[in-house]
Amino acid sequence: MTATQLHAQLPPQLMTTPPLLTVSGVNRRFGDVVALHDVSARVYPGEVLGIVGESGSGKSTLLRMMNLEDTPDSGDYRLALPGVTGNLFELDRFARRMLCARHIGIVYQNPHLGLLMKNSSSGNVAERLLIAGERSFATLRSKARVALEASEFPLARMDAPPIELSGGMQQRVQLAKAIALEPALLLLDEPTTGLDVSVQALVLDTLKRLQRDRAITMVIVSHDLGVIRTMADRVMVMRRGRVVEEGLADQIFQDPQHEYTQALVHAKL
Amino acid sequence: MTPVLTVEGLTKSFDMHHLGQRLHAFSGISFTLHPGEFLLLKGANGVGKSTLLRTLYRSYLPRAGHIWYHAPEGRIDLARAADVDVALLRRREIGFVTQFLIARPRVAAEEVVAEPLRRAGVAAPEALEQARRWLAEFGVKRDLWRAYPTTFSGGEQQKVNLARALILPQRLLLLDEPTASLDAGARAALVRRLDELKAQGVAMIGVFHHPGDVAGLIDREIELTVQEAMDDVAV
Repeated sequence: MTATQLHAQLPPQLMTTPPLLTVSGVNRRFGDVVALHDVSARVYPGEVLGIVGESGSGKSTLLRMMNLEDTPDSGDYRLALPGVTGNLFELDRFARRMLCARHIGIVYQNPHLGLLMKNSSSGNVAERLLIAGERSFATLRSKARVALEASEFPLARMDAPPIELSGGMQQRVQLAKAIALEPALLLLDEPTTGLDVSVQALVLDTLKRLQRDRAITMVIVSHDLGVIRTMADRVMVMRRGRVVEEGLADQIFQDPQHEYTQALVHAKL
Repeated sequence: MTPVLTVEGLTKSFDMHHLGQRLHAFSGISFTLHPGEFLLLKGANGVGKSTLLRTLYRSYLPRAGHIWYHAPEGRIDLARAADVDVALLRRREIGFVTQFLIARPRVAAEEVVAEPLRRAGVAAPEALEQARRWLAEFGVKRDLWRAYPTTFSGGEQQKVNLARALILPQRLLLLDEPTASLDAGARAALVRRLDELKAQGVAMIGVFHHPGDVAGLIDREIELTVQEAMDDVAV
């Protein structure tokens, strides 16, 4: 059963703003394994889309596609931003790097993927700005400071390398790097998995604040339904590379339609 | 006068896959609601009153029927509307008041209450000032305004919840037992606010454990009756 058969929706009637992000018909195989099968998603400006599913459901693969780290076997990806046109999967490496640096921020579960662990934290953030062409040392440092502050990172430690920081602090450095250029789109791949519950709440709160104050559009992937429930406006449920259900967050949690979503929601502590 | 809501043949059931059963909540409900009207939902426990409210809000997906909401731009069927349209209407003009607050960690009571105003573009100082006024109106003590509602008692949480839900005038307000566990003072404040909103043309549908609390507001009543419980179906 597909998501559309579950509850056929009319096209948007009141929402006149086009989606910021549109992926359609994305397919990806790794050998015999179907990682993504005909996946489509839309995210509107200022919205938080949550993607849930168990390990191997394809949710992180999809997020990496949105960050242009991987190219699908087929599919289309568009961002409604000034000067950004065409299917982004067709861009070459250089164009991808520029586009991502300018418009997309990402926070990984594993800070090693997003940070140079032995460089200073402020240097990690400044690297982002360097890619985008900023050259003045004073500006780099002041912009890095602003981003770290917005991520609620203690500025007294801005020159410490991430390797000397706690997991929660490392995530804040990643977040500061991700938002340094005020991206239109923020991608979050299990941003709080592995953190203590209290630290997790702090990181989620920082994300909520950013979302409220800057209206950043976000896509958050997590297997933790509590995280998704706290963060997301809409939720997409994935299983074995397919979208099995999508809907408003409260509807997915209170009235899940698909057998798999029901099992998932009932299993929540 | 154009109605706010026209409900036609609304039917809700729940497919419980792990039991292989379909649970019927209600079927064939139809009514029309005009601006400034207050509709009371009546019926025994478990008859589906809250389920109907949640279906109207689209927290639950209806099985069949239409929920025509007459928006300024034209009518839209909430039973089938795109999620983004429903989300937009919830931000702009359809409110839901429950007895339960989903409190977020580390957010102060006054910020929780001010949030709908902030989202509507009101500047922080002004939004906070209004939030404090409403917290005072509902009898939340001043020393709790900067505290986190996650640690509050049920009654205090509910006051925060009410202040938040009623701070912005909506066109349609769904009320799910908003007076449960409130003290007399807060109950009176709530009735005053609802009366004020009704006079401004806000349409309301409510479930109340003690309808006497809002006796002066009620224009019409719908009584829900028990549905024949369950079918065994391949779902």
